[in-house]
Amino acid sequence: MPDPSKSETVLDTTAADAPTTVAPDTSDHDALTIDVGPEGETLLEIDHVTLRFGGVVALNDVHFSIKRGEILGLIGPNGAGKTTCFNVMTGVYTPTSGEVRFSGKVISGTKPHKINQLGIARTFQNIRLFPEMSALENVMVGCDARHKTSVMGALFRAYRVRPAEHQLPQNPLRRSLAKVFGVSRHTMEERGGRIKSMELLKFVGIADRAHELSRNLPYGYQRRLEIARALATEPELLCLDEPAAGFNPAEKEDLMDLIRRIRDLGHTVLVIEHDMKLVLGVTDRIVVLEFGQKIAEGSPEEVARNPKVIAAYLGEPDDAA
Amino acid sequence: MSQILDAYRGLKLRDRMSGAPGWVRKVGMLLVIAFAFYLPFLNILPFAYIRTDLTSSGSDWASVLFLVVVYMIVAVGLNVVIGFAGLLDLGYVGFYALGAYSVALFGSPSSPVVEAIQNRFGLDETWAVPFVMCIPIAIVMALIAGVTLGAPTLRLRGDYLAIVTLGFGEIIRITARNLDNVTNGATGISGVPVPPGPEIDGRSFFNTIDAERWYWLALSILILIIFLAFRLEHSRVGRAWLAIREDEDAAAIMGVAAFKFKLWAFAIGASVGGIAGLLFGSKQQYVEPNAFMVNLSFLFVAMVVIGGSGNIYGVLLGAFLLTYLPERFREFQEWRPFAFGVALVVVMILRPQGLVPSRRRAREFEDRKVEAEEAAADA
Amino acid sequence: MDFDALFSGLDRHTLDGITRGSIYALVALGYTMVYGVMKLINFAHSEVFMVGTWAVLGVYTALGVSAGAGLAVVIGATLLALLAAMLASAGTALAVERIAYRPLRKKGAPPLIFLITGIGCSIVLVEIFGQVFKVFFGAPFGRVTVNIPSVLQTKELFTIPGLDLTITNTRVIIIVGAIVMMLALDTFVNKSRLGRGVRAVAQDPDTASLMGVNRERVIMLVFILGGAMAGVAALLYTIQYDITKFDIGFIIGLKAFTAAVLGGIGNLRGALVGGLLLGIAEVYASTIWSSEWANVTAFVVLVVILMFRPTGLLGESLGKARA
Repeated sequence: MPDPSKSETVLDTTAADAPTTVAPDTSDHDALTIDVGPEGETLLEIDHVTLRFGGVVALNDVHFSIKRGEILGLIGPNGAGKTTCFNVMTGVYTPTSGEVRFSGKVISGTKPHKINQLGIARTFQNIRLFPEMSALENVMVGCDARHKTSVMGALFRAYRVRPAEHQLPQNPLRRSLAKVFGVSRHTMEERGGRIKSMELLKFVGIADRAHELSRNLPYGYQRRLEIARALATEPELLCLDEPAAGFNPAEKEDLMDLIRRIRDLGHTVLVIEHDMKLVLGVTDRIVVLEFGQKIAEGSPEEVARNPKVIAAYLGEPDDAA
Repeated sequence: MSQILDAYRGLKLRDRMSGAPGWVRKVGMLLVIAFAFYLPFLNILPFAYIRTDLTSSGSDWASVLFLVVVYMIVAVGLNVVIGFAGLLDLGYVGFYALGAYSVALFGSPSSPVVEAIQNRFGLDETWAVPFVMCIPIAIVMALIAGVTLGAPTLRLRGDYLAIVTLGFGEIIRITARNLDNVTNGATGISGVPVPPGPEIDGRSFFNTIDAERWYWLALSILILIIFLAFRLEHSRVGRAWLAIREDEDAAAIMGVAAFKFKLWAFAIGASVGGIAGLLFGSKQQYVEPNAFMVNLSFLFVAMVVIGGSGNIYGVLLGAFLLTYLPERFREFQEWRPFAFGVALVVVMILRPQGLVPSRRRAREFEDRKVEAEEAAADA
Repeated sequence: MDFDALFSGLDRHTLDGITRGSIYALVALGYTMVYGVMKLINFAHSEVFMVGTWAVLGVYTALGVSAGAGLAVVIGATLLALLAAMLASAGTALAVERIAYRPLRKKGAPPLIFLITGIGCSIVLVEIFGQVFKVFFGAPFGRVTVNIPSVLQTKELFTIPGLDLTITNTRVIIIVGAIVMMLALDTFVNKSRLGRGVRAVAQDPDTASLMGVNRERVIMLVFILGGAMAGVAALLYTIQYDITKFDIGFIIGLKAFTAAVLGGIGNLRGALVGGLLLGIAEVYASTIWSSEWANVTAFVVLVVILMFRPTGLLGESLGKARA
């Protein structure tokens, strides 16, 4: 692969108003670490999944698995079925045959919001934020997925919890009231969600525009915001659908760093990407799809050497087939 | 029309309000509430011209105020369905009727239901379910109806939902008219109970003469409901509704249980409608099916969309205008529906986001307009 | 519950149902075509039908014909009434489109707002006949039921042997008329150039406009066609029932809409199937219970259909597009 990044990198980092390269995140993100099972176990298994739309076979007997704690790349030319694969995993489509198992549990056919509760979150290839919400609110929607308060709790706030010392309000009157009567779980979750969302925005590096409507954010911010929103649902498995689309090389570097940091928090990451450099640079293992079929699987080095993959990417006649 | 509205916009009342310090807003709110409670006795010129009983043929001012507030309750409840959750409910009168009929069927000593209970348990002829117990009955009845109607239909496309709910409103009315042995049919039920209260001048506290007491009661309930509606709007529930409105699929993938929250919106709207109906039936002390014609549903929806769906202050204004104006200009009573229809078309064409839209809604409309213009330019 | 009444006269009730259903089906066409092209429920379509019935009354009054006229007069007056009803209904439909929908389309308003202006137009039209015209012209306008002279008198044509089923001329005209009109419309949409435009827009408005189909013209066309069909329905209705009223549209409109959904909204043949089935179901239900519950039947049918087969019996297509 040719590497045109050098000259462009220089150009971009010198551009004054480019909000692209984000200062390294120095704050402490211990709060964002999630509890997960032992590393290396099979987390998600796509078990011989076939998906047909009428006569069109979108996925043909696709079989691979993701191990807990790894970064897996899912690559392939346009129309290879990568996003369809995502959609099967997140419950948008139900496979015609085969199963998807998450932590050993069959999830194919489960409703999307249930799948999210089980611990899978995703971003979208064509950004799908809630445009009329601020960046912070977008992330808070994600946080709400883990909150227990519902309509009754929000209306009557009768479920009280006892806050820890540092969570008590500053105002002396409120402080003593909170000590006596406790604080409603709704309020605690709302505050907690706000704090955690802010942390996440810092983590992905866009906290400076937290209160702006997401539709007004620059493109790179929107992409990062989608990642923050997905992380807010505390997914064991985070699926990124072409997160680097439209990014320049400097931004791609940042993104690779971000993906590694996400893994360090305890998330398992699945990345769909076109950009071979990014995929080879960040993933532990790669699965290659073409025309709805898996054509290769292995470490980045193996995949990069695989003649079938090279043929698929260069569009030459596939001799091996 | 738009000049007037522009002038109004120039005031930027909303910006001034939100810019003011917290205590100013609180005091301002208290003053507004105090003024609202004082309204039945408003007699200072020139403000007294807003009264509806200046001529002998006018309607009783306090009763009009009561109706305005009951419809405001309706509007706030329907706003949860239309404005927050984005579901068009054209059968809201059904829930309103259910609330009124619940208090009548269980609270009136002369209702067939109560008579059946009297006979079954050998109770006294004056026995009936006490008013206070009728409140939860009304709420639960409306809630059950809301969930039963919503559960199968909320998965449908928006405009289908509109028609199904429209049918529901009619079914409730037709059922009330035809189930003679339960609802007394077209005759209706009299002797609907009133809230308990101390006797004054030999009359019960809530009676047919002193309408201002009914008004105060309704106003207190309205304030409570508005308070709860704000709580909902600024909670995870409000966020979930907004997320569903903006992108339902993305919301579901982010863990928002879209169907559950839509059903909640429907159920909350239904029970608020039930409360409003209960107040109405109790004040009238008489309930009959013809009070719940389908036109009332249209009126309710019009209050929300003309006022500005999604904005509680907007829908309050909508409810006020559409209830007060026809009463103030009673001499044109026959022209009321015509004027209502014309107003509906004109306001929606000139200002589809409503008179006082929510900020978010206003922006959504602006975006769509730009998109439509761009599409037209492309073509 | 009176099943004996139903079974003892099953053939008669079925015929009644088909008669009713033909009228629903014709009105349903207007809903279905507009929905197919615009994905919009034209709420004012019920009033388009109502205006048609008044046009029939207007023609009869202007000609001064009444019951018992000669055959030539009857045929002439009826055809003239048909023409007038079709024109009046189509004109009303077009006016509604211009006044209530086109400005909103330009603003890109969400579907809910179209529904609201549709309701507004519906109320305005009802009030024009119930109030405005009463003030300006007096009787017969107003909030009362108005009799329409039964120019076309009911005559028994023949009896089907063995079934004890008497076929009258009005029934033949209603059923045959409705079916002929529907076939004509179906042929028009499927065979003509304009009809191809309609189908193209229904399938994919964006591509259609890229291919040079003028969407605005197609929209006008479906309103005119749907209105004209409602006009035909209006004439047939007056032949059967001999009355009109300022608010007859509402219930018939709702039922016609139910019929459209039942058959699969956006599908022309579905409207016929849905209309007939609904008409029959309603007559059966009102025989078993009482006529008061006929309206409830329609809504229950609607809810059940939407729950179990939301695309209707024949599927939703004006081309072959799913909404």
